[in-house]
Amino acid sequence: MSGTAAFALSEAPIDGDALRARLLDPAAGGFACFEGWVRNSHAGRAVVALDYQAYPALAVREGTRVVEEALARFEILHALCVHRTGALAIGETAVWVGVSAAHRDGAFQACRWILDVVKARVPIWKNEHYRDGGSGWIHPEQ
Amino acid sequence: MIRVLYFASLRDQAGCESEDVDAAGSSAADLYATLATRHGFVLPRDRLRVAVDGEFADWDASLADGVELAFIPPVSGG
Repeated sequence: MSGTAAFALSEAPIDGDALRARLLDPAAGGFACFEGWVRNSHAGRAVVALDYQAYPALAVREGTRVVEEALARFEILHALCVHRTGALAIGETAVWVGVSAAHRDGAFQACRWILDVVKARVPIWKNEHYRDGGSGWIHPEQ
Repeated sequence: MIRVLYFASLRDQAGCESEDVDAAGSSAADLYATLATRHGFVLPRDRLRVAVDGEFADWDASLADGVELAFIPPVSGG
């Protein structure tokens, strides 16, 4: 495998078109993308904004390993993942995953897998700010 | 000295992003126990991972002088 496999953190808004352009390949028959957006509620509570904090040295290292594992595991050509840090408003893109492949199965499967594994393994944390006041870091039980 | 980094709820509870502690030779597990008492951390150690110098590490290994240690609470990216 010699395709592009990269993970990055970004303090600036994510430019999906620019990322998509890095996945273009004459051998590709398509591209699957997932954008995770900041939602205005969590567990029934109104959310007005989010902060993401990361441990950059380890997040980039672990995120890159995840994307490289996807390149080895699935029939795909290239894969990229970018995660925001800092303060985000409702509707902004918090995470972007894109995968190009010769055929759709690999692209869909790898896109889903990368997102799931990044959420589980990469040291990034979400702090939700609620409309009713207060905020809370999310530390999932599993 | 060990440079300890805090993230998310641990950072809020510690009241700082990092601190230097005199703990060379002890294990990350023992250091977490000490710092959890000092700062009132509510997360039990079995819900955390630990990293040394930017890579996941073993809780039981002896910490060399000058390393950077990070306690990794359960992650919530995405």
